[in-house]
Amino acid sequence: MHLEYFQMIDRIEAVDEDVTTLNAHSTVPQESPVFEGHFPGMPLVPGVLLIETMAQASGFLVMAKNGFDAMPFLVGVKQGKLRTFVEPKTELEIEARLEHDGSGFAVTNASIRSDGKKICDAQLTFKTIAFPDDAFGKMVVDQAKNRGMPQHLLPQG
Amino acid sequence: MSTFDKVADIISETSEIPREEITPDSHTIDDLGIDSLDFLDIVFAIDKEFGIKIPMEAWTEEVNNGNASTEDYFVMKNLCTRIDELAAAKA
Repeated sequence: MHLEYFQMIDRIEAVDEDVTTLNAHSTVPQESPVFEGHFPGMPLVPGVLLIETMAQASGFLVMAKNGFDAMPFLVGVKQGKLRTFVEPKTELEIEARLEHDGSGFAVTNASIRSDGKKICDAQLTFKTIAFPDDAFGKMVVDQAKNRGMPQHLLPQG
Repeated sequence: MSTFDKVADIISETSEIPREEITPDSHTIDDLGIDSLDFLDIVFAIDKEFGIKIPMEAWTEEVNNGNASTEDYFVMKNLCTRIDELAAAKA
């Protein structure tokens, strides 16, 4: 994870056959400029970044489901629960499940666990919009590829 | 319960529009003032209720291209007709 660059997903570990569930892993860094302010002497991952982590895992899932034809943008967070503090070096197991793949939008249920204990969960809504240009689309696909998105789910060619 | 009643209930519950203000002739955007984010939640609820996928992107494109009016899709009675057609096509 590079919190200050919003790179929240270290690696994609699995995507199920129907492309309805994605599991990912991240390790909270020992140090980050974020911890200098949140909070001095008591470093904690901000809750909004945990929401962002669930959103990014969900985003990779939604894009994989639709052949990386559009970018999901987070537009709604429902029933968000931040259940415990998350400190540096915490290992995070992120799961995103596709609740609904609509026309121009998607809804996921996402959660993060550590050592089997649920840290947070929420229902997330995304509006999907075409990539602004080919270069942006390629960048997104490369991000997915570098994180271990299964090859058969990436655009071919 | 009719399609209209189901959809009106969904709209009322999602957007806090009083149920009695929703009529078959209500335009969901112009009359009821549903914003885009609430409309997204409403489409999600309708998709789930009827087991369909409302083709919002195709409808929007048709309107933007001048091949359909917003009334064709977003006046309640017309929206319900479209929903019935989509549900029948899926059955």
